[in-house]
Amino acid sequence: MDSDVVNNVKCAARRSKEDKKVLKKQLKASFTLLKHEGISTASHPTKSLVVANGGLGNGVSREDLLTCLEHYGDVESLLMPPQKPYAFVTFRSEDGARKAHAQLNGQKLQSGENSVTLYLSYVDSVKHKEEAVVHFPEGLTLVEDFVSPQEEAVLLAAVDWSTSNEAQKALKHRKVKHYGFEFRYDNNNVDKDKPLPAGLPDECLPVLQRCLLDGHINVLPDQLTVNQYEAGQGIPPHVDTHSAFEDTILSLSLGAKAVMEFRHPDGRAVPVVLPERSLLVMKGESRYLWTHGITPRKFDLVPAGEPQSSADSEADLSSHSGLTLSRRGTRTSFTFRKIRQEPCCCAFPSACDSQGGTSPNPSSPPSLPCCHADATRLEEEYVHRVYDSIASHFSSTRHTPWPRVCHFLSSLPPGSVLADVGCGNGKYLGVNPKLISVGCDRSGALVQICAERGFNVFVSDALSVPLRTASCDACISIAVIHHFSTQERRLAAVRELVRLLKPGGQALIYVWAYEQEYNKQKSKYLKEQNKQHNGGRSKDLPEGSQDVHEEPSILTAANQSGGLKDVSNMTEGKLSVHTNRTAFNSQDLLVPWHLKGRKTQGVEEASCRFSSRGEPSLLGSDSSLSSDTTENPDQFLSDRPVPVFHRYYHVFQQGELEELCVQVTGVQVQTSYHDQGNWCVVLTKE
Amino acid sequence: MKLLTHNMLTSHVKGVTKGYPLLIKATEVKVNEVEFNPKFVCRMIPKLEWSALVQAADQLGHRDDLPRELVPDFEKNEDFLKKVHRVLLEVEVIEGCLKCPESGREFPISRGIPNMLLNEDEA
Repeated sequence: MDSDVVNNVKCAARRSKEDKKVLKKQLKASFTLLKHEGISTASHPTKSLVVANGGLGNGVSREDLLTCLEHYGDVESLLMPPQKPYAFVTFRSEDGARKAHAQLNGQKLQSGENSVTLYLSYVDSVKHKEEAVVHFPEGLTLVEDFVSPQEEAVLLAAVDWSTSNEAQKALKHRKVKHYGFEFRYDNNNVDKDKPLPAGLPDECLPVLQRCLLDGHINVLPDQLTVNQYEAGQGIPPHVDTHSAFEDTILSLSLGAKAVMEFRHPDGRAVPVVLPERSLLVMKGESRYLWTHGITPRKFDLVPAGEPQSSADSEADLSSHSGLTLSRRGTRTSFTFRKIRQEPCCCAFPSACDSQGGTSPNPSSPPSLPCCHADATRLEEEYVHRVYDSIASHFSSTRHTPWPRVCHFLSSLPPGSVLADVGCGNGKYLGVNPKLISVGCDRSGALVQICAERGFNVFVSDALSVPLRTASCDACISIAVIHHFSTQERRLAAVRELVRLLKPGGQALIYVWAYEQEYNKQKSKYLKEQNKQHNGGRSKDLPEGSQDVHEEPSILTAANQSGGLKDVSNMTEGKLSVHTNRTAFNSQDLLVPWHLKGRKTQGVEEASCRFSSRGEPSLLGSDSSLSSDTTENPDQFLSDRPVPVFHRYYHVFQQGELEELCVQVTGVQVQTSYHDQGNWCVVLTKE
Repeated sequence: MKLLTHNMLTSHVKGVTKGYPLLIKATEVKVNEVEFNPKFVCRMIPKLEWSALVQAADQLGHRDDLPRELVPDFEKNEDFLKKVHRVLLEVEVIEGCLKCPESGREFPISRGIPNMLLNEDEA
């Protein structure tokens, strides 16, 4: 027996409960890593370690982590992928890695205000997919050190915040003051006939003269907006209204740096570090087509080390190795604009209000998935996370079981085993107390509600239900399968239901129908539209309705005519956002959910939900870094923001559900019907 | 998680062929009184995997004298039905985990709810 083995044995014997917990978490971390990065941890010591929880995404700065790691040996490289809750370190020698692994595992690291528990595992190699080099948006120029520290102080002193009027101060997420003309946030425009008594402060003149001389502008601006952002504040992505201002927009950053994010409607995103005293010049495409905004957060990802020259800054944020977190300070921006007198006739009509276009949607909708990974990602973001966020409000609108589902449940013999796959808040689990009912749902928050009601429930995915094969007399899947984003996955969901059934067992499936008007009857969903205009917001019953009294017509599989209409109506493959309580114009869409109540929490959840970059923390909630947000601009303007969530749906055309089910062997479509805007089938296992 | 639920649950990790019954490692177990309904228990018994129930009750230290084999004529044996009622519906695992007997994969039970979600590479 060699000495290593002996040591290992000794270690194992001494392993305390605490150690075991650490190991368990490590194991979990390895699983998560596999999923995220395609990296597998090594069971034998190597020179490289993955440091779970020691990532930029956990609020750990490069400096702090490096200082801590250097304690154990010479560090060859430290890779900190942006937004990720982990980092990779490679030591010069395996010895360094061994020491770090032995002594740092399970230890707490304090980085700024964040305290995280580090978990380390060996990795064979540090591979990370390089992202394509990102270029500045067309027409965007950044001039560093455009003003001197003295000028900076003079400019900051020129703003008298005490004289801001109500309208100017009203913004929730930053302080604003206008000069020359007031920018009105209610109509996103300026009153061109109503200049403000105060013109641009004289202190700005030297700076503007320099802009003219340097050729950044041809004419002096006549409007100035000063924004002051405390750490944690931001501005939602927006395009400055075309009809309000001329082409060139100047933005001077004073006091502290921040990262401004530019987004193209095609989804490209370019973060740009705006150092203090720099001038940002937006022209052409970058001014007219790209949105720009500042994510409200307390830390920014910036290149590590000394401030870069402007030549470097383009590629800075695209390479991962040199990033760190920078705590935000108070940044004051001076945005100079020239009021436009004639309608805009830019080359970007889609984003131009003078040419009938609309502002680009701040959160670009996702595309219909074309592969398995896309589908799971789409469902994760646009189904699972949404239900977890809206669970309580959702549940409060789901109290009355649908009568025909109840009828199905009541007709089952006493003592039948029922599985409700996708049970939501459990409204069907108690309908027939003579049944042996179990429920499961993908949303832990909804399952929690069921458990509090005393139902037998567990968290599970409908594609892989942990129930024994052929153990159920009946299964129901109510308003679930329409959340799967590919035909393949919808089929797999039906197949999984059938697997659970005993021979002779029955499954009832409800999905939302593309046809909301059937047999000249409008569904309750459409009818609700009229009420909602008088009575405030709709009740947001997403599919079907509670009190159905009319008897829907019964269809059988036999009289379905084949061939589905092509109703795909997507622009460039993007999913369209459905207007609540109107007819569908596409089969794959995003349905808005307006969250009510629990205002503050809702906003936080919304931000989490809309973030395309906010990776969930690897090991729970060690991080206190505020999450990334891309909120709807008007949420910043009103006192009562209503977070809007979007759920993905595939609405079924007539006959489509039956066609899906007959592809599953060993099952027969017994009946199918349209029930208040849903397509429904009863299947029997042979 | 009641043992009724446990009786139905199985490991569904990809590649696992003998994932039933799941082992229970409980750190918190509660016993709630539930109204005894002999008829309901009678109907439940034929749906159960009896040996899995006995094993689970054993692991939780609540087997008492539940017999290894199902007794004949249990419908008339109220004493027996009460025992079954107790382990099936009254004993509840609040915290702990379920462990796949084949792969060793553990599924956490928290606040009485088993989380049976798999990672992408396990499904």
